Amino acid sequence: MTWTQPFAADSFPSGSGAFPHKHLLGIAGLQKWEILYILKEAEQWVALNRSGPAKHDGRLSGLTIINAFFENSTRTLLSFEIAGKRLGADVVNMHAAQSSVKKGETLIDTAMTLNAMRADAIVIRHGSSGAVQLISSKVDCPVINAGDGSHEHPTQALLDSLTIMRRKGRLEGQTVVICGDVLHSRVARSNLFCLKTLGAEVRVVAPPALMPSGIEAFGAQTFTNFDAALDGADVVMMLRLQNERMQGDFIPSPREYFHLYGLDERRLALAKPDALVMHPGPMNRGVEIASNVADHVERSAITEQVEMGVAVRMACLDILTRKARGQEGWS
Amino acid sequence: MTGISILNGHAILPGVNKAKPLNVHIENGKIASVGKTTPIANQLDASDLIIAPGIIDLGVFKTDKPAFRFGGITRAALMPDQSPVHDDPATVRFAALKGKPDLWVHPLAAATQGLNGLQMAEIALMKDAGAVGVATGRKWIADSGILLRIMRYCHALDLPVFVHSEDAGLSGNAVATAGETATLLGLSSASPITEALAIARDLLLAEESGAHVHFRQVTTARGLDLIRAAKAKGLRITCGITPGHLFLSDNAVSDFRTFAHLSPPLRSESDRLACVAAVADGTIDVIASGHDPRGPEDKRLPYSESAPGMAGAETLLALSLNLVRDNVISTGRLFELLASNPAKILGLNAGQIAEGYEADLILVDPDAPWQVDGDRMAALAGNTPFDRLPVQGRVRHMLKGGKVI
Repeated sequence: MTWTQPFAADSFPSGSGAFPHKHLLGIAGLQKWEILYILKEAEQWVALNRSGPAKHDGRLSGLTIINAFFENSTRTLLSFEIAGKRLGADVVNMHAAQSSVKKGETLIDTAMTLNAMRADAIVIRHGSSGAVQLISSKVDCPVINAGDGSHEHPTQALLDSLTIMRRKGRLEGQTVVICGDVLHSRVARSNLFCLKTLGAEVRVVAPPALMPSGIEAFGAQTFTNFDAALDGADVVMMLRLQNERMQGDFIPSPREYFHLYGLDERRLALAKPDALVMHPGPMNRGVEIASNVADHVERSAITEQVEMGVAVRMACLDILTRKARGQEGWS
Repeated sequence: MTGISILNGHAILPGVNKAKPLNVHIENGKIASVGKTTPIANQLDASDLIIAPGIIDLGVFKTDKPAFRFGGITRAALMPDQSPVHDDPATVRFAALKGKPDLWVHPLAAATQGLNGLQMAEIALMKDAGAVGVATGRKWIADSGILLRIMRYCHALDLPVFVHSEDAGLSGNAVATAGETATLLGLSSASPITEALAIARDLLLAEESGAHVHFRQVTTARGLDLIRAAKAKGLRITCGITPGHLFLSDNAVSDFRTFAHLSPPLRSESDRLACVAAVADGTIDVIASGHDPRGPEDKRLPYSESAPGMAGAETLLALSLNLVRDNVISTGRLFELLASNPAKILGLNAGQIAEGYEADLILVDPDAPWQVDGDRMAALAGNTPFDRLPVQGRVRHMLKGGKVI
């Protein structure tokens, strides 16, 4: 199913007006049409990625993209690397574990160093909220936030919205349940801002200790009872529970967590019959999600999310480097 | 005999709300008389200026003379959170002498060794070396037993105990107050009751020990309610606040502004308003700068990795004068909060314009406009959350011990 476009393609502002930002640091503050523009642009890359063995477009040829990951990641790093390479860019990965960060270099000095190497875009993941914004203020090229602390993970939210759009045809009026460690989750924040901006109803579910204070102000309905939240849900989005939070500080044990907040077949039956199951990965099977639900052929969109991730990241890299590439209409 | 007469100004006398046209005469470093007596040969013209007691800044983290001079601060109580920690007589004695003659530093002794919160420091020896009070430092002492023993000890030595009011168990690694801003930014946060929880315990310990306990910063409505009730009950306690918590709420942290990273963290707007009300009703006894200049190595970092604190000495007076302009308090009351109350807490013969008191005076143009500029501050660093703010009130002259400096 393809999504019924809320705007005609020519309804976006022309040139750089469609996405008038230098960086992509978060979803908060983006306009509805800016988000939709990225999603629309991503569609062509979904098609390209499915087009067979020669899935390549050379538009970023000659550009250097640095993936600076100060926090471990496999799938997001790989997704950005593939996205850059499919568009023809030279992609370099910097892992914090092997970098001068371990030798005590400050974040600003690292940013200045990356800048001096004349990258055309820098993709950053960092364990501290606000770190990506700090780096973006010190470099000349566009910066994409690949996750900063508990703050934002904008490309995850974009790929999740694209997945829902394609599966459900629209986002407006959809009821999306986000369940898990909302307090520490950048995925939950970015998704909340994105889904609310696009007109969905968002319910967040978390144990009381993992529910952020004041989240209702951003339009979320809050629940501590997962069963109650699932009633009438179109999408159930599960969050990963970090291992270090399961040992008694926030959660008594993984099995008790699963007892209250795990998504199994019984719970999924409380949602709408065609409800979609999503997870940003990597999954803790048996902790937040049962294997038979995660692997459900019709209901689970988890592998599709990964596929959309590459397309959305290609769109972001394309859009943000248009100015550097002298694309017409981009000032 | 050396002397000086300050003529044509308006002086603030103890217990009086408004500055009155009076001359102040100084001899031998002390205030000799106030009023219409014959001027001494040396004269200082104070036309259009307020003659006020020099500010006694109760709880700074750095001895920063240029900033204190700009801000009209003639004496400062220095927190023990130094490197090395002021937990032995030698470091205390050195700190006490550091600013003289034009600035008097009154060291606060570390309550525990290395501020570890576990073992008592040599409080009596530090008192003899010049310490005027004892402080728990930037942190709360978790062990109620050790804090009670410290309070009893200080009561016997007649030293005030300065406490930091944040329950560490509840605040954990929080860098923000729980609420919309912290949630939006994904910053680790704690409920504001962390403060009231700490105050409730320390009030019981104060009552039990009989010690004079000074709550250096009280920043929440619930904390202030506890202080208000305890004062009504007659407990020997005082409390303070800084302009940061009086004039900013947690939305100043938006965009990860590390200059607004304070300890305790900035609170909600309703708590801020409760603080202003507590200044008005007399619950708050002291306004201090909390001066803590921090360079880029401490502040140009991701928010949760940045150090808390602001350079506040230069803006203390100008920002506090807003309370007078907003009719929260009178000019006279403001200088009780800035000078005479701190002097009383520390047991100093200073902080008011009265015969026999130290001639630590500032001549203030209360309406002079200027703009706070973090890049051009006199302080060791320009980490102010009030950057670019237009303010009013400048110190035109400063006298320390009767000498113009």
